[in-house]
Order: sequence, then C-alpha cells, then structure tokens
Amino acid sequence: MDALRFAPPPISAEAETLRQEVRAFLREELGTGPRPRDRSGTLGGFSPAFSRRLGARGWLGMTWPKRYGGHERSYLERYVVLEELLAAHAPINAHNVADRQSGPLLLRFGTEEQRQAVLPRIAAGECYFCIGMSEPDAGSDLAGVRTRAVPVPGGGWRVNGTKIWTSYAERCHYMILFCRTGERTEQDRHAGFTQFLVDMKTPGIRINPIRNIAGDRNFNEVVFEDVHLPDSAVIGTPGNAWRQLTSELALERSGPDRFLAAFKLFVTLARAVGRGEPSERAAMALGRHAANMVVLRRMSRSVAGMLQAGEDPVVQGAMVKDLGTTLEQGLPDVVRQLLAVEPDLDSDEEIASAIAEIILHAPSFSIRGGTREILRNGIARGLGLR
Amino acid sequence: MSDDALTRLLHDTAERVLADHCDRQVLAAAEEGAWPEPLWRALEESGLTLALAPEAAGGAGLSVGDALGLVGAAARHAAPVPFGETVFATWLLLGAGMATAPGPMTVAPVMRGDRLVLERAGGGWRLTGTARRVPWARHAARVVLLAEAAEDGGRPMLVVVPRGTAGEVRHGANLAMEPRDDVRFDGTVLPAEAAVAPAGVGPAAMRAFGAALRIVQIAGALARALELCVAYAQQRVQFGRPIGRFQAVQQNLAALASEAAAAAAAAGLAAEAAGAGCDPLAIGAAKGRAAEAASTGAAIAHQVHGAIGFTWEYALNFSTRRLWSWRDEFGNEAEWYPQLGAAMAAAAAEDRLWSAISGIGMAASPSPQGSR
Ligand SMILES: Cc1cc2nc3c(=O)[nH]c(=O)nc-3n(C[C@H](O)[C@H](O)[C@H](O)COP(=O)(O)OP(=O)(O)OC[C@H]3O[C@@H](n4cnc5c(N)ncnc54)[C@H](O)[C@@H]3O)c2cc1C
Repeated sequence: MDALRFAPPPISAEAETLRQEVRAFLREELGTGPRPRDRSGTLGGFSPAFSRRLGARGWLGMTWPKRYGGHERSYLERYVVLEELLAAHAPINAHNVADRQSGPLLLRFGTEEQRQAVLPRIAAGECYFCIGMSEPDAGSDLAGVRTRAVPVPGGGWRVNGTKIWTSYAERCHYMILFCRTGERTEQDRHAGFTQFLVDMKTPGIRINPIRNIAGDRNFNEVVFEDVHLPDSAVIGTPGNAWRQLTSELALERSGPDRFLAAFKLFVTLARAVGRGEPSERAAMALGRHAANMVVLRRMSRSVAGMLQAGEDPVVQGAMVKDLGTTLEQGLPDVVRQLLAVEPDLDSDEEIASAIAEIILHAPSFSIRGGTREILRNGIARGLGLR
Repeated sequence: MSDDALTRLLHDTAERVLADHCDRQVLAAAEEGAWPEPLWRALEESGLTLALAPEAAGGAGLSVGDALGLVGAAARHAAPVPFGETVFATWLLLGAGMATAPGPMTVAPVMRGDRLVLERAGGGWRLTGTARRVPWARHAARVVLLAEAAEDGGRPMLVVVPRGTAGEVRHGANLAMEPRDDVRFDGTVLPAEAAVAPAGVGPAAMRAFGAALRIVQIAGALARALELCVAYAQQRVQFGRPIGRFQAVQQNLAALASEAAAAAAAAGLAAEAAGAGCDPLAIGAAKGRAAEAASTGAAIAHQVHGAIGFTWEYALNFSTRRLWSWRDEFGNEAEWYPQLGAAMAAAAAEDRLWSAISGIGMAASPSPQGSR
C-alpha cells in the first residue's frame, strides 16, 4: 500500500522566513481582526488589485522557471504562501486557478508560444483563468463531455457546445477548454479529447451567470457557438488530453484550499467563546477542531514535499480533501451547539454572518473539484480494490 | 553505518522478529496471562529494547522519533510485551542520568489523583502510595515512576523500583487483556541511588510522552486493521463477487484509509514532539486526533468484516481491542482537547489563532533530555 504513504513533511528555514514576510504583507494589506463580509461573493473574494500586488512580491508562479516570469522556489514555499493567504481569508480568487493549475498545465504541456504569452502575465497577477471541464451532462464522468471542436479547412478549429459551473468565467481572460475532437475507441473511452487555450473574448462565446444558493452569481454557463480557435490554441497533442486532465485535477485537489475554506468561521467562534474563559465544553470543541487542523496541515505539507520530490501524490491529495471538507462541513454544527446564533448573511453580528456564509457554501465543499464519492473511488483504487 | 541505515536495519530486524513471534497462539496465550519470553528475548537480543540507549551503553543510540517508529511496528503486530513502555523508561532513565539495564520495564502513567510520596529513610528512601493502571507491572523487572519528595516541598523525583519490592500488585487489564496493574507501596524501602531529581521532566512531560507512545501504537494497529480489511474484501465473495467490488464497501474502506493516514500523521507529529521537549499542545492534538481515528477506523473495520470479525478466532480483534484501549490511555479527547482549546481561545482573543495553530508541531525546541 505504498500508494498511500505520506512522506514526512520537509522542514525548511527559508519557508518559515517567507511565512513571516507574507504575514507582514497581509497585515499591511488586510489589517488584523474581523473584516466585513466580501460582497463580491464566494469565499475569499476576487481582487485583481490584490492579485497584482501579490505578483509584484513574487508570490505567484513561484515554482516556475524564471524565463517564464516564475521564481524557481520550492513547492513548500508556495504552500506556505498559499496557506497564509487562505488563513487570512485574502481575496485570491482572481489568480488562484491560473496559479494553481492552468499555469502548471501550460508549463508542462503547452507550446513555447503559449508559455511566453501567458505565464509571465499569470505570475504578475494580471491574467486569470477559468476551468472548462463540467457540462450539463458530464460532471463526475468527464468522459461524457460533448462540446466538440472540429478542424476547419484552411486552419483552426470550430467549437460548439456548453460548459457549466464555470467559476468567474466573465472575469477571466482565458479558459482551458476540455472537449471532444475525435471518437472514443473500443479499447479506450478516454481517447479523442483535446484541451484548448481559449481567449474568452473570442466571438461566439456567451456567458450566462447562474445564481447559487448563497445568492452569488459567480459560476456560469458558457455557450460556444461556432467559436473559431486558431491551431495555436491546442494544448499538447490533439486527442491526448485525458492524461493532461488527470494531472490538472491532481493539482486542483492537492492544496490546502480544501481545509481552510471555513477557517474564518473558526476564528470567529474562538473569539466569541474565548471572551473571558471558554467553558470546558467550548474548549473541548475548539481543541477538537484545532487538533484536526494540525494533523491535516501536516498531511498537506507532506503532499507539498512529495510534489517537490517529483512524486505524484494523487491519492494523498484526495485523502486530504476528503478529511478537510468533512471537517469544515461539520463546523457550523459545532458553532450551533455552543452559541445561540441565528444565521444572517447581512448581520452586523460577526458570528451570525460568518456562520451564514459557511452554511450556504458548505455543500459545495465536497462537490467542486471532485465529489467526495469520486475521491473515495480514487482512494479505493489506491487500495487495489478497483 | 549512517543513522538512516542503522534505523532501517533495526526496522527490518524488528519486522522479522515480530513476524516470527507474534502469531495467534502467542497473542492468545498472553491474554491468558503467559509471558511471551521467546518474543521478549528476541527483541532484547537483536538490540531493539535498547534502541534509545547510547552506543556506549550497548544501545543503538536511535533518536526518540526513530525509536517510536519501532514501537509503532510492534503495535502493528500487536506484540504482547511492554516494548513501548521499556523505550519510555529508557528515555526517562537516560534523561535523569541513571543506568539502564536489560529486562522489561514500565512507567507509572501519572494518573490524576495518584499520589506517591518519597521520604528519606536512613541512607535511602521510603516510598508510599498507589500507582494505578501501570502497564505490564506484573511482568516488569523495574517500574519507573514519579513521586513527591516529602522533605523537599513535594518536588518530583524519578524513582526506579525493582521487581519484588512493591507491597502489592493488583491485577487489572485493558480491553486487549494487556496488564494494567495497580501497584501499592507501603513504606517500601529503596536505596539512595533509586531516586534522582529528573532534569526538566515533570508530570506533564511524562503524561505527554506516554501519550506519544499510544499515538504511534494506534497508528500501527490501524495500519494492521486496514491491511486485514483490504485482504478480506478481496477474498470474501458474496453475490458472486468479492465484497471489495461493491462500491459501498470501497467507500468505507477509503474512509478507513484516510483515518489510518491521519493517525500516521498524528504519529509523526507526536514522535517529533516527544523528541523535542514534549510540547503538550502538539502531543495533545495528535492524541485526540489519533483517538478519533481509532474510533472511526475500528468501527469501519468491523463493519467490513461482518460476523467473522466479531469472533475471537479471527485476527482483527487483536488490533481493534487495542485501539479501543489505547485511545483512552495517557489521556483521551476529554483530557487533551480542552487544554488545546483553551490555548486556542487565548490566541484568538489576541488575534493570533492562525499563528498558534500553524506553530503547533513546528518548533523543534531542544529536548530537555538532550537526545538528538
Ligand atoms: C461552487 C462550484 C464551482 C464549480 N466550478 C467549476 C468550474 O469552474 N469549472 C468546472 O468545470 N466545473 C466546476 N464545478 C463543477 C464540479 O466540478 C462538478 O459539480 C463536480 O465535478 C460534480 O459533477 P456534477 O455536479 O455534475 O455531479 P454528478 O457527477 O452528477 O454527481 C451527483 C452525485 O452522484 C455521485 N456520483 C457520480 N458518479 C458517481 C460514481 N461513479 N460513484 C459514486 N457516486 C457517484 C456524486 O458523488 C454526487 O453525489 C463547480 C461546482 C461547484 C459546486
């Protein structure tokens, strides 16, 4: 069962020095103590200005080669920056997808031209990406994707189809589009897919916002109607995108984002029960949550170390996400059993708005980026059961 | 030989010795009260029991963390001997500058309400009081315990009591029938060299080190339970296929695997902390989380096995009964979580909750024991 092994997390003095720099930066940017809810919706917020300032500090594209605007730092250092941003509830949604998965995808499979055109801008915090995987009839089972690109005589491709749940489609510059370009074969139901680098300003792309249960409108339906893409938009080898998709999903799933989404609620809870002395019951609950976080952090740092060592900790990432989302989804009930509070997004009472936000977003934690069941299928595969 | 190579060698040796000596008969006989002398002798002769002792004292000079790794391996095999307790006692003796010696040792677990008093008597000492639930006391050549020095304002003293000196050993056991004995001392007379003032180790550090032992043991037992489950799910056929092909079973086993991984991470955290000052927040977090993993994991392991897992005959219970015991020994969630939670509340009141959480298990402070 070596596929399930977590390596001991690396210890790095540079990373801890960096952590202090990031903290100082965030204190400056965001202040300390409670902040009002970000009205832009979604946990965290979308702030191009903030993303650019991060880029200027050299904290985006951190592990990439310098010739693409990167900083050639370790995965562990990137991990430290990311977890500090998440814990501070910083507005990272503008750059996060590009920095986390689209950039690395292009670095690995993209053409030189694509890398030159895009990576330095991502690292500068100026260029944002959305994920074009899900469709109305293809969620967990992405092999069911129907959006299709066909080669056009005289060059380029024509795309038709509909993507859905595309986060921030209207505010992103590019999409990595996963679509069909050929047929599946008898032997391989994963054959015939291609990924494209799509400029979101290309004519024929229509974006329809979808309102979520929290009232936000930041995921979308994205309709492609005879959209013409140049040959230079192909990422990697046509027909070969399934393998690329798998490595992109691994990047999407392995980070600390998966157990620090509701951290703000924990902070608010600890502050609320800690005024004076916490009761034994409250201290017990705080201790339990903190203990779970401490252990998850260790697992997550271990994943960062394994990435650094060139390993492929896919199952480990799934475990961290499964445990982390389960823990965070339980947090509203922890709060409710300790404090008499009625959730209200717009309340002036900090705990009431914080819990409202998490109650309404929590269902998505174990759906987006791979559902709990799909992650567990992957873990079971790691156990040799599938 | 490099440290790494030595650690690996000892690990391989341990695996071999444990696999040879921890079969079902040995485990069952131990539960009936037999002492598995061949197992203990094999552990001793291969240098495992002295893993922590410096090379000059005939030991392997392993770090605390690496020695705890061996304890985890023994737990995976449910080895029915006080191997971890002997490592614990060795750690205490070395730290206090006392001599180590062969033979099984144990440590009194510093239970709340236990009071052991040490008075001067002639050139030596007189020990009075009861140590409750001392692991393996009836089989231990020496019991190491913490007592208050009556003439010295109650300051803690580390005391080594050889076998046969205690007034009365009342037998008790945990759910896995591992001995947990109450040991009573009625003015037991001890020589002067039997007690020293420990350097930097008080009741809290003792409790924390003991918790670290149980954490690595939980991780070992849970790893074993997972192995048994996966093997069984591949072999047991119902409805015309191995039950491991059913998705409901797969999903449960995936959850068990994640709990086992969390316990292993807790073990890593505890092993590091035990080697670096026994931070009660780090070890407390790890003990609580490992205990939760034990609870969730054992339940899934039994569910997957059906009735066979409920039998005495099948091996699973040797792991799960240990899990159900170890999760409470040296403190369960009720003991460790409130301490941690109070520290978190205090940090939150000063707007530094994240720095408190992210600092746990990161500070490699030098060990008061001076071990590397
Ligand atoms: C907030 C949010 C943001 C998102 N952002 C994006 C985005 O930017 N880009 C993008 O492409 N997608 C995005 N998604 C979509 C997300 O990736 C999908 O929702 C997810 O992959 C699940 O697909 P589905 O919703 O179609 O559910 P389905 O796949 O239809 O699943 C429904 C239920 O069936 C279960 N199920 C399905 N297959 C199996 C199986 N084999 N075994 C056991 N159970 C199974 C699932 O676990 C789930 O419980 C987002 C989703 C959310 C909620």
